[in-house]
Amino acid sequence: MSAPAGGTRRSALEVVAAGPLTTVQDAGRFGHADLGVGRSGAADAASYALANRLLANPPGAAALETTLGGLRVRARGPVTVSLTGAEAPVTVDGRGAAANAVLHLPDGAELALGVPERGLRSYLGVRGGLDVPPVLGSRSTDLLAGLGPDLPVPGALLPVGPAPAAPPNVDQAPVAPVGGSEVRLRVRLGPRDDWFTEEAVATLLSCAYEVTPRSDRVGARLSGPGLERARSGELPSEGMVAGSLQVPPGGEPVLFLADHPVTGGYPVVAVVYSADLPGAAQARPGTRIRFTL
Amino acid sequence: MNHREGAVRVLRCADTGVLVEVAGLAEVIALRAALAAAPVPGVTDLVPAARTLLLRIGPGTDPDAVADAVTALPPPPEAGGEPGETVTLPVVYDGEDLDDVAALTGLSRDEVVRAHTEATWTVAFCGFAPGFGYMVGDDPRLRVPRRGEARTRVPAGSVALAGEFTGVYPRSSPGGWQLLGRTEARVWDLDRQPPGLLRPGVRVRFTDAGLP
Repeated sequence: MSAPAGGTRRSALEVVAAGPLTTVQDAGRFGHADLGVGRSGAADAASYALANRLLANPPGAAALETTLGGLRVRARGPVTVSLTGAEAPVTVDGRGAAANAVLHLPDGAELALGVPERGLRSYLGVRGGLDVPPVLGSRSTDLLAGLGPDLPVPGALLPVGPAPAAPPNVDQAPVAPVGGSEVRLRVRLGPRDDWFTEEAVATLLSCAYEVTPRSDRVGARLSGPGLERARSGELPSEGMVAGSLQVPPGGEPVLFLADHPVTGGYPVVAVVYSADLPGAAQARPGTRIRFTL
Repeated sequence: MNHREGAVRVLRCADTGVLVEVAGLAEVIALRAALAAAPVPGVTDLVPAARTLLLRIGPGTDPDAVADAVTALPPPPEAGGEPGETVTLPVVYDGEDLDDVAALTGLSRDEVVRAHTEATWTVAFCGFAPGFGYMVGDDPRLRVPRRGEARTRVPAGSVALAGEFTGVYPRSSPGGWQLLGRTEARVWDLDRQPPGLLRPGVRVRFTDAGLP
């Protein structure tokens, strides 16, 4: 195929298989919370940022976030990619390839992810970023609000943006393994810890909570000892942040992730610090979480 | 003593947010307007709600500095001092819950419609879905509880009541509010700038479009 006159042909990624869930994500949607629009963005912001850093992309370039592997994409034109986050076995045209590294896919090459042994979400960064149309300034798909790029389905062509001027200057990044059977997350109590008994707060900080299969990009629904309220009545809805441990009447907390509701009507006993949110986003069902101050 | 003290509580959401609790909606609206006019560095989003304003902060911003900046703000002017933009929404009042609302309020169907159209509503905050504005009015007779059971599907454009609020469903979704009618107005349109018609501070008048 020849390039159109006066320009270079843009490369694209063709989706061959999306696995259990693949979305387009960037650093998130800022400045529209007062319209009821949430932040969204990559659930594991650290792994997403690394994918872009490896490729010398600007920090907000759009990437694919894929859940429990299974993603297969074919390069349409040469594409340079990186895979970070949950370490799924990677192959390019059937040959093993490295995670946390710069991978050059020639035209027609197919990259395939297996199922990660630990962790939950992997990021496929693309040099130049995925150039799908932004919605309200972001290329993040917010699954709760139904905003942003469509889900990449088999056959979808995702255009790749122009490569940045700077070449990638690292081939491979050393990273600590992502995920594990137990994770510690640091929290700060509040804003509504005064809605709970002292025993409930002590329980939260001493017992393990297990991530249930009813977990998604909105939040990790946890199973464990219930947290008893110190007062009755209803809390007027208030703004929420990612990392909030919201406690519905049943007493088992929900740990809010990237697509959490903008406001919520149940009290938040504690909030996970932003540095530990990537660990929360990588906790697959069955993972035990321990909260510490 | 600063007369804001006592009325304002500043709470922390780890290193990602500062939650300011005030006396009521009027204070939320005034504080949001004050912070929108004079932004605090590092604050990425303001999330107004019924009794609180959440300031979301970006990475590397010191939450204590943001909290101090909020505490140091001069008392906001009385809410209602400067009227905002006014939006008029024509409504076909044929909602499925009109009879229930009449029974709950002790008004007739016509009186419910008259009260809803004569009240001045102000968008206090958004939430639930993009473009869903929680509007507060000046007629306490229209306060009704949510329905005992939520509907699995409320059509887009439905105009509804619950608690101290009225709202318009921006898209078809589940919902538990009492349905009064429907409007053809698109309260959420991504091809418009800004996409939301019902933004905090906007005044809203409903008009009776008559039955088709």
